Amino acid sequence: MNAWIERQRGLIDFTVANLARRKGRNLGLFLAYALLVFLLASVVLFGDGLRREARLLLADAPELVVQRLTAGRHDLAPEAWLEQLRGLRGVGAVSGRLWGYHFDPTVAANLTVQVPAIDPPPPGRVLLGAALARARGLAAGDVLSLRDHAGKPYAFTVGGMLDARSELVSADLMLVNEADFRAFFGIEPGRYTDLTLAVANPREVRKVAEKVLARLPAARVLTREETRRTYEAVFNWRQGLLLTFLATVLAAFALLAWDKASGLSAEERREIGILKAVGWDTGDVLKMKLWEGALLSITAFLAGYVLAWLHVFYWGAPLFAPVLKGWSVLYPSFALAPRVDLEQLATLAFLTVLPYVAATVVPVWRAATLDPDEVIRE
Amino acid sequence: MIFQPAALALLFAASLNALLLGGAGVFALHLLRYWNPASGGERQIALERRTWLVSTLVGLALLVSLPALALFARTADAMAPFFTGAMCAVGSLQANAWGLPALLAQLLLFFLAAAWLIINHLDQLGWDTPLIRRKYLLLLILAPLAVIQAGLLWLYFLNLNPEVITSCCGSLFGPESGGVASDLAALPVDGSRPLFFAALLATLATGGFFLATGRLGTLFGVLSGIQFLVAIAAVVAFIAPYIYEQPNHHCPFCLLQAEHGYAGWLLYPPLFLGTAAGIGVGLATSARGKESLAETAPRVARGLARLALAGLGGFGLAAVVYIARSNLVL
Amino acid sequence: MIELLAVSKVYNAGQPNEFSAVRAVDLVIEPGRVTALSGPSGSGKTTLLSLIGGLTRPSAGRVRLNGRDISALSERFLTELRRASFGFVFQQFQLIRGLSVLENVMLPALPTGRPHRLTRARALDLLAHLGLAARADTRAQWLSGGEAQRVAIARALINDPGVIIADEPTSHLDSALSRQILAILGELRGQGRTLILSSHDPLVFESGLVERIVEVRDGRVVGAESEKEKMKDGA
Repeated sequence: MNAWIERQRGLIDFTVANLARRKGRNLGLFLAYALLVFLLASVVLFGDGLRREARLLLADAPELVVQRLTAGRHDLAPEAWLEQLRGLRGVGAVSGRLWGYHFDPTVAANLTVQVPAIDPPPPGRVLLGAALARARGLAAGDVLSLRDHAGKPYAFTVGGMLDARSELVSADLMLVNEADFRAFFGIEPGRYTDLTLAVANPREVRKVAEKVLARLPAARVLTREETRRTYEAVFNWRQGLLLTFLATVLAAFALLAWDKASGLSAEERREIGILKAVGWDTGDVLKMKLWEGALLSITAFLAGYVLAWLHVFYWGAPLFAPVLKGWSVLYPSFALAPRVDLEQLATLAFLTVLPYVAATVVPVWRAATLDPDEVIRE
Repeated sequence: MIFQPAALALLFAASLNALLLGGAGVFALHLLRYWNPASGGERQIALERRTWLVSTLVGLALLVSLPALALFARTADAMAPFFTGAMCAVGSLQANAWGLPALLAQLLLFFLAAAWLIINHLDQLGWDTPLIRRKYLLLLILAPLAVIQAGLLWLYFLNLNPEVITSCCGSLFGPESGGVASDLAALPVDGSRPLFFAALLATLATGGFFLATGRLGTLFGVLSGIQFLVAIAAVVAFIAPYIYEQPNHHCPFCLLQAEHGYAGWLLYPPLFLGTAAGIGVGLATSARGKESLAETAPRVARGLARLALAGLGGFGLAAVVYIARSNLVL
Repeated sequence: MIELLAVSKVYNAGQPNEFSAVRAVDLVIEPGRVTALSGPSGSGKTTLLSLIGGLTRPSAGRVRLNGRDISALSERFLTELRRASFGFVFQQFQLIRGLSVLENVMLPALPTGRPHRLTRARALDLLAHLGLAARADTRAQWLSGGEAQRVAIARALINDPGVIIADEPTSHLDSALSRQILAILGELRGQGRTLILSSHDPLVFESGLVERIVEVRDGRVVGAESEKEKMKDGA
């Protein structure tokens, strides 16, 4: 075992000296490698971050949402529907929701105004998303004045900020009391934006949806699963598109690595010949070359990953955000929760290190099997 | 679905494996036909050179297969929200007919690649490469397996349909499903728990005996293989319920989730490594008969036996600790 | 003792440029003596040296080292044996540019797994003995010819082999340096090592170092009568 360690140490020593001897050449490959890791890691980190945010958003969503359609357009649902839905078999809690959008000219963006189902703020108070508070320069206790549906100013006192755990979800959110909501938007009592239904057994969701439609022909039913799948599909599709695009970059890199590994200079051939003549066997040269690839891969991977991590979590992913986010322009300063994930690391290593290894293994083997008598024969 | 980065990574790794090992398989046919160590001719030298490439490729396949196994399980787990009814990896894997076979093929690939590399190591220790035929016959199994595994993985990811209502692990391991999985789950704890510990202790004792006396190495190899199956059955039958603290939750995959303290990551890797090393002890012992390995094979076997005991012991210890700390009484 | 039995080496077998470098050579090399292969360039001296030293495997015939057939060994074992038994000094020095003298000398020891510390100490000893202590950290490409050849000798000795094989050791050196190198080789002979040289330099044959001359021509050892046995004691 000790001999094994000494041998690896000897090989690594030699490899490091070897890499240092060809700085210029290895630097180019290192930069290309790190750039590739950076690009792929940015896409994966950013896409996964968005997906996680969306999942948080949907985690508390009800199984079914029932909306009222009038002439094919979304309309307010009457309170009477609640009673009609309560009687359905398989349906748990039924409740009405109030939410809507308000255009705020000060920040030139749409705010989401919502009445939370649990713990609504007291009358006259509002809870704000962190991004919105930042944009308007508000802190708890300040007064937020907005124009209501009739154009008159309506004053809220800021009661506090929303949990910043998921900024994508809460960035533009305003939580208010039911009475304030109705007064602000001018919605009469007994009407709701939409209704939610809890269904305990996931296998019955579809059945329940059919029953709702049979009982309320003017309704439209959205299932949580469908919404979630739509979200995921959109993310996956966009991310996949980017990854596919990056596959060409990947191919170019693999080609470069292959070329570097196979285009042995006369000098390198001579050196491998010397090593083999003085008593290295094919396995030793192979190991030395594999160590070389491993050292290059590890350093380039770390450099690229760390840069991507900073790019996504601290600099807001300026390179990819427009493509991946692509649904709203609101978020003034939008930050994903920083995270390191082993699964992601494995994914990235598979997508970057493996192509490198695959592209270089045959040239490396070819180099290692040069004849030991090549030096003496020349 | 296929656009998930992890799925792309898995497909890429498996396809590459299939390509490289498939090529190695073709070479194996060639080698078995023309290998002649007595010759110093150019064909023989070319064959010998190529064996270096093959051993590097199988090493690479092994290096990839263990993380791939973990990544596959995690990806299946992460895809569960896509499928109505799926709560964890089991649901996603059952979304079509290819998921579980692909996972099993991956597992088999890991053990075969490990066995191949152990035989390869032994072979290279003998001056006349005494195991070369055995090694390349095994490669003739390994190579098609890699191709099949990649095929299954492609079939699985291409045929994923979110419309399918799958079932969660509760139904796979529940009494009404009527398959092997539910039979395992239905094993009475009174019987299966002593059986598991008896098997584990017998294996460990045989390994210890082998280290002390150098005898019964082959038996240890066989017992390690059997013990692996017993251990998986035990995880399903009672270790998992102890960890979940729910008598009817038997899933071996939910153990990988954060909610359960990543218990699976403490149980499975030592078990897999220990089993692979244990089987290796059997292989090394059976190679002892070769003249050129009479001295080195037992030495390799001892090293592997230590590794196997550490792995299996670690697994056993983790299982005991989880059971002891559990609030569940079975 | 090294024995070659009907050894042949063919390059590019079966192709139009097929070439027999060595043909059916029988040769016995006794331990502890200095044997020189002589003959014009292209006569097969170098190929014969690589066959003797296990750098090349014969296309036909057998090579035995101390009674053990090494022609059927796998590459790994052949290399291990070669590393332990043979030290090579090449015609063009063959040092690796960009590495220091010390690193060059240590190269053959890296795959042995011997502790780095011991290898380093031995390398420094050898360099000091050959008058190169001050050059240990110099890059190989900055050495003079005589220094490079002495470094090559130090490298050949790092694994303490019983046999030193030197291919044209004086061909790139002037007379004074050649004598210096021959003196070092004579010293190795005095340590009980077997020396096998190839040369067509008269200086080598006149030096009194060589105890046996083997004439090679067209890949064959020419007539036994041409083997001049010079009996000599010690160095």
